[in-house]
Amino acid sequence: MSDRIKAARRNVSRNEGLIFEKSAPGKRGVELPPLDVPAVDARKLLGTDYVRDGVEGLPEVSEIEVIRHFTRLSTWNYAIDLGMYPLGSCTMKYNPRVNEFVARLDGIATEHPYQPQELSQGCLKILATLRQCLLEITGMDAATLQPAAGAQGELTGLLLIRAYLASRGNPRKKVLIPDSAHGTNPATVVIAGYDVENIRSDARGQLDIARLKELVTDDVAALMVTNPSTLGTFEPRIAEAAEVLHSRGALLYMDGANMNALAGVTRPGDFGVDVMHLNLHKTFSTPHGGGGPGAGPVLVKKHLEPFLPIPVLTERDGRLVLDAHRPQSIGRVRAFAGNFGVLVRALAYTLAYGAGIRQATEDAVVNANYIRKRLEDVYELPYDSPSMHEVVFSDARQKKFGVNTMDIAKRLIDYGFHPYTTAFPLIVPGALMIEPTESESKEECDLFVDAMRSIAEEAAMEPELVKTAPHSTRVGRLDEVGAARRPVLRWKAKSSAEAAD
Amino acid sequence: MRYLPKSPSERQEMLDVIGVRSAEELFRSIPEEFRLKRPLNLPGPLSEAELIRYFQDRAAENSRGYTSFLGAGVYNHLRSVVVDTIIQRGEFLTSYTPYQAEISQGTLQAIFEFQTLMCELTGQEVANASMWDGSTATTEAVLMADRLTDRQRVLVARSLHPEYRAVLATYAKNVGLEIHEIGFTASGQIDTAALAAAIDAQTAAVVVQSPNFLGVIEPVAQIAELAHAAEALAVVAIAEGVSLGVVRPPAEADIVALEAQSFGLAPSYGGPYAGAIATREKFVRQMPGRLAGQTTDSQGRRGFCLTLATREQHIRRERATSNICTNQALCALAATVQLCLLGKQGLREMAEQNLAKAQYALAKLEEIPGVRRALSGPVFNEFVIRLPRSVRLVNAELLREKIIGPLPLGPFYPDLTKCGLVCVTETTSREEIDRLVASVQRILAKPLGGSLI
Amino acid sequence: MYPNEYRYTKEHEWVRLEGGTATVGITDYAQHALGDVVYVEMPRAGTKLAAGKSFGTVESVKAVSEIYAPVSGEVTEINASLAGAPELINTDPHGQGWLVKVKGAAPSEITTLMDAAAYQAYIAEKEKEASA
Repeated sequence: MSDRIKAARRNVSRNEGLIFEKSAPGKRGVELPPLDVPAVDARKLLGTDYVRDGVEGLPEVSEIEVIRHFTRLSTWNYAIDLGMYPLGSCTMKYNPRVNEFVARLDGIATEHPYQPQELSQGCLKILATLRQCLLEITGMDAATLQPAAGAQGELTGLLLIRAYLASRGNPRKKVLIPDSAHGTNPATVVIAGYDVENIRSDARGQLDIARLKELVTDDVAALMVTNPSTLGTFEPRIAEAAEVLHSRGALLYMDGANMNALAGVTRPGDFGVDVMHLNLHKTFSTPHGGGGPGAGPVLVKKHLEPFLPIPVLTERDGRLVLDAHRPQSIGRVRAFAGNFGVLVRALAYTLAYGAGIRQATEDAVVNANYIRKRLEDVYELPYDSPSMHEVVFSDARQKKFGVNTMDIAKRLIDYGFHPYTTAFPLIVPGALMIEPTESESKEECDLFVDAMRSIAEEAAMEPELVKTAPHSTRVGRLDEVGAARRPVLRWKAKSSAEAAD
Repeated sequence: MRYLPKSPSERQEMLDVIGVRSAEELFRSIPEEFRLKRPLNLPGPLSEAELIRYFQDRAAENSRGYTSFLGAGVYNHLRSVVVDTIIQRGEFLTSYTPYQAEISQGTLQAIFEFQTLMCELTGQEVANASMWDGSTATTEAVLMADRLTDRQRVLVARSLHPEYRAVLATYAKNVGLEIHEIGFTASGQIDTAALAAAIDAQTAAVVVQSPNFLGVIEPVAQIAELAHAAEALAVVAIAEGVSLGVVRPPAEADIVALEAQSFGLAPSYGGPYAGAIATREKFVRQMPGRLAGQTTDSQGRRGFCLTLATREQHIRRERATSNICTNQALCALAATVQLCLLGKQGLREMAEQNLAKAQYALAKLEEIPGVRRALSGPVFNEFVIRLPRSVRLVNAELLREKIIGPLPLGPFYPDLTKCGLVCVTETTSREEIDRLVASVQRILAKPLGGSLI
Repeated sequence: MYPNEYRYTKEHEWVRLEGGTATVGITDYAQHALGDVVYVEMPRAGTKLAAGKSFGTVESVKAVSEIYAPVSGEVTEINASLAGAPELINTDPHGQGWLVKVKGAAPSEITTLMDAAAYQAYIAEKEKEASA
């Protein structure tokens, strides 16, 4: 390149810098309507102690630069709109676009939580209808739509259990958690003020009822279980577990993350669950958006209803109201009425299906079993129990060649897929946890199966290729160790970390 | 069904491969007694047009056509069209949490930019990738202060948003934290004398909101000094982010819990919004929530990845800094886009417009006989006025003119009966303010209990 | 590889007694299992340790490991280099990667721990179990 060419870069779109690096004084992306009242001098009004000169580090860029910047960034992402996410227990299904449209309607997106309740009947009807649908789907008696995510739902559920047991004289001390549980479960137990006690699964990776009988003492408040388990199998003795718990005054909490295997086919309320949460950003199609927002409604049996967080949606004189006068309530778990926009999307999803939601469940289970059947000769199945909506393999056969589940997952990226869930559940060493959801066509499932079969072959024939994957992405494997040892968590002017292309 | 990509023959083919005759057989691991024998009793199925109609009907039952003067933690601000253009892109909307960094660089870089913006706004050194909202961010900030100081007492300003206080109380009960409230003076600011008297060696944190629920800006530097003298931490909650365009940021605070709803997020009847925690670098390992860090790949190219994950639930499990997993990523992206569009100048100008309009509204309202400003402290875009009669009754009249009036404060603060909180933003026009003033004047001129014609 | 003058615990810590001061670290086996160390959480000087109880953690990117005190006593010094260079635990776990110095340890506590030969046999057994 000649001296005069200073800034030529290949693939401009793939080398987009930080927005701050495009900033120059005087550029703007928003013009406000002119001020229609007399201006005030902030310093005179508030005093210099309370006034700043302006937010130094906010970039100054034009509208086109903002559009280009974020559009370029978006092209570096994988997304459901592009292809399958076979992530176990994440239920990455299609996010219907009409849900985005209705959530943005004038009169829905514009409503303020403190406006008079008589001017909010539309919003309250949405909440009431969604609640009714979720109760029918789960077979429970009452619900709160407030929690912002599954983890908050879990906390709410545990606080309800605590309040209920306290009302009967003893809140108790411990919560039992299977060794296959998602990390939010033990983290939540501690925040709820309980101690965690782990219960080991049996040889089939399922709830060990004999062990449960030994562990449920007067100190145990509840068992937190995921059903189907994180192995993707239905807990065949769940009703028995419920009985053991109930007979000793304890309760059964169900983590509803895997509800995609159950909707329309069976109901947790029917097999003994006292309290559960749902993940609307999983089973009910609300978009993940790169990490959230979600919603984690909690559903309970009658005996727990008095303790529900405020406010509770009730009817009074033919009108819907949010009632905050509930003397036994555990209190508020978040401001206002919940992630309303997410709840709107979940209702739109549910109304689109009606009772036909059972077909979605069936398709999800068919897809998982199809993939299982077509891969079980090349990948090890640690447990032979029937899979529901997800299947768990292990990397045992590939380990012989020095290839592990992480490597296989990274190589899957080169085939155009997002990795499955690696290294979880903890009870399966080297796990590959695959959940296709009902949104995948047969063609897509076949493409996935063929990719996985090809990688199994590569693991045997050219393991290095798999171990150094991915090869086709914009950036290679990133130095996560360096990022953790010397964290750089924000851009600074005159940053020394300009990367060469 | 339009969301299911299988033809009947494809379903059959797949069942054949699996080796079952029907999908029903795949559920045989569920005990027979629990398998539903009837279809669920649910409304629908609705076609797309029917769905749209359904929600349009609900929208018509809300507050369309009304002018609102409500704030109190949720603000009507300008929302650039470009925000939706970006967050509606499938690659952002339908992408997963960026655990696989190589194929999530878009999300990760955007988070890194969000973290940077939160630091610039709040005057802090590090910020996280979002919490659920301001109320839970404030709660998590307090829990963080408890972990850092290993102390159990928390002093909370009474002027902290009542719902934030309620959420904090719910969480605090279960981890053994003692919450004590410190009142406010006639200025509306925290009673610093009472605060000084209450701080002791057991105090983990002092928690204030600025501007507070009553619209008044708190003397953060002074509060922080009092806290630090006892080796306690200063936690500042900010519900109205636009105030940071002109109000000095709480740089002396140890932890800031910011609600970012004011930046590009519609009120949406209470959510989803985006909280963020910003703090000093030395506290970063006790900070909850995800963090995106800058790093390089094997070729030396700059990239981003989630980092310091050992604080989080999926690794630390019961010893995690928080149980948070799903956060508010897309909302944080919306805030990022809006802040980039506004930029340094735009945010300053927006903040100044809020200040000017609020002063105009306050002055005009005080011209009405019997109406007075209730608190003397400095305000941004919200203020409290005292009326000669019940705010609720005045509001009932205002509703007939399609105006949603000041938030009655009596239910939140029994000592503030006949007081209402008025919020005015850059989206409120002069005509709307004039109309409010004229209507309030007219309503107050009518004798109480008289004919309403 | 495993210094003869050190003693070793089942949780893969080592301890070396010199005069009245015990120096404590984690073994090469432990650092290898953890992977690249990114951070070490340690007690302040003056903290009292109880043999067998956890006194800190060592973190890699994907895991956190507790460190258990091999002996009782009071922490007199922590290895300040680890804050800026946690990788010392990987490159020199038995030397520059030391964690804390402890005073007041009873010599009897140390002699009950494994010597180098016993420890090497112990980890050989562990590796056999893992690949079984």
